[in-house]
Amino acid sequence: MSPHDPVRFVAKNLRVDLRLIAEMIAPRTRVLDIGCGDGTLIDELFTTKGCDARGIEIDMALVTRAVAHGLPVMHGDADSDLSYYPDDAFDYVVLSRTLQAVERPREVLAQMLRIGARAVVSFPNFGHWQVRWQLLRRGRMPMTATWGRMWYETPNIHPCTIQDFFDLCAAEGYAVERWLAADDAGRRAPWRRFPRLANLFGEQALFLLRRQK
Amino acid sequence: MDQTVPLQDVPHQHVVFADGMMLDCGVTLPSLTVAYRTYGSLNPVRSNAVLVCHALTGDQYVAEPHPLTGKNGWWDAVVGPGKPVDTDRFFVICANVLGGCMGSTGPRSARGDGDDVWGIDFPPVTIRDMVRAQKRLIEHLGIGRLFAAIGGSMGGMQVLQWAADYPEAVFAALPIATASYHSAQNIAFNEVGRQAIFADPDWRGGRYREAGTTPARGLAVARMCAHITYLSEQALARKFGRRLQGAPKTADEAMSLFGDMFEVESYLHHQGSTFVRRFDANSYLTITRAMDYFDLVADHGGDLAAAFRGTKTRFMLASFSSDWLFPTEESRTVARALNRAGANVSFVEIESDKGHDAFLLDEPDFHRTLAGFLAGCAVHAGL
Repeated sequence: MSPHDPVRFVAKNLRVDLRLIAEMIAPRTRVLDIGCGDGTLIDELFTTKGCDARGIEIDMALVTRAVAHGLPVMHGDADSDLSYYPDDAFDYVVLSRTLQAVERPREVLAQMLRIGARAVVSFPNFGHWQVRWQLLRRGRMPMTATWGRMWYETPNIHPCTIQDFFDLCAAEGYAVERWLAADDAGRRAPWRRFPRLANLFGEQALFLLRRQK
Repeated sequence: MDQTVPLQDVPHQHVVFADGMMLDCGVTLPSLTVAYRTYGSLNPVRSNAVLVCHALTGDQYVAEPHPLTGKNGWWDAVVGPGKPVDTDRFFVICANVLGGCMGSTGPRSARGDGDDVWGIDFPPVTIRDMVRAQKRLIEHLGIGRLFAAIGGSMGGMQVLQWAADYPEAVFAALPIATASYHSAQNIAFNEVGRQAIFADPDWRGGRYREAGTTPARGLAVARMCAHITYLSEQALARKFGRRLQGAPKTADEAMSLFGDMFEVESYLHHQGSTFVRRFDANSYLTITRAMDYFDLVADHGGDLAAAFRGTKTRFMLASFSSDWLFPTEESRTVARALNRAGANVSFVEIESDKGHDAFLLDEPDFHRTLAGFLAGCAVHAGL
């Protein structure tokens, strides 16, 4: 990719981020990974957990790489292609560090919990203290390791905080089965019982959601 | 235009099903011949068979020199030892389609016991009829389940039909550069080709064989028209541009020359005349009609997903970015229907400026995905 190409998603800290997600997924289940990249997570879920894991990816070069590795990945867009899956087609639908880059996050979440019994969502936290401090101190859009692109070229058009996400889940009636905050390297942050602290110190968040009965 | 040599009859490896076959149109063929070639060897448990389905003007000579033209097999780049469809690993089968002219039952076949051939009276066949004939061959070879069925263009239609009609008999399906129905634009181009054949006085109402003629000009024009649809504007511009075929010496000469003036014209003339040596006009009419009839959506009450509901078959769809005959959107439509059906589907659009023909050509990304997908399926199939 040339430096002039717009980057669609934030750089993914694949290994650690995905390991945390994989820990949330039960063996031998049906999984759809939206924005699966080169298919690292679905490969992991198939080989270590015997899952029927499939992926959707918008970047054709990554789709080609994934399929060439024998992984069931199709070219598609989170915003437009989830509606083609039937209800309850999957046990888990994963959206890893992509929610902030989709056009209609609320609809994407609704689709995820229509086609899957559970949704695993991870996103970078815009409520992190460094983000807040930079905006306060400099009066300009924050630039951090996680939020590393200028406002006019970032693909991350819908940033949110951990607190915002809790609010959305409550408004939409999604049960938060598990959640955790982590630093950028994916190390678990120790504020799991305190959303307000997690929202200040967690660089990224990971949620396991379920439709309310 | 080059001097044309009409299609010669040569022997082809084949199997005869003396009990014949009932066609979708209601006619029963009294006897069915399926000409085919195989590459590699069938493993003891018969689980490594790969069926390759050829396109409109293809044939069973996938990976070996053609008996009439001497040219390399049409998918030599894809099928062979160490190639994406690896004949060291898989037992590859390709049959000449029903209605074809390379040995399978078609307009050139004997109608009964005598010398009388079907000719223009050959009944209309469908893609489903072609697949039924292939199913007979597969059973004859003692294969219960194909590891994979692969085909591009009309071959892709056959693959979709296989997956819809015999889901238990296809572990992996690879419909390439194809569609779930033949579009109005594609029917229109086929009709231009057919009208070119009809307009050739040597066609003789389809009874050219009895008259001892060959509608070479009409068939060549049909091929030329179709060939344009297989390419892209970029590919034509890159290959030929506006280059002239031998620069005319004077302005007068340039103005008076028709025929091989531009390189692209000369190229098309060559495509037309060489095609006539290996193809039969009535077969061309029969097979283009079969493509036009193809509509898997209508066959399933307007819902393509119904064709695949509950299928265990693993799918790989591939399209090519500059293909305007079977554009990516048509593959995407199939992919979405497969999603609705809950099927396991991989789908990739290959970046290429070579148009529809790209599926036959050297496209490393396509070959890598093909090989990788088959390798992945082999793991799941326990192969």
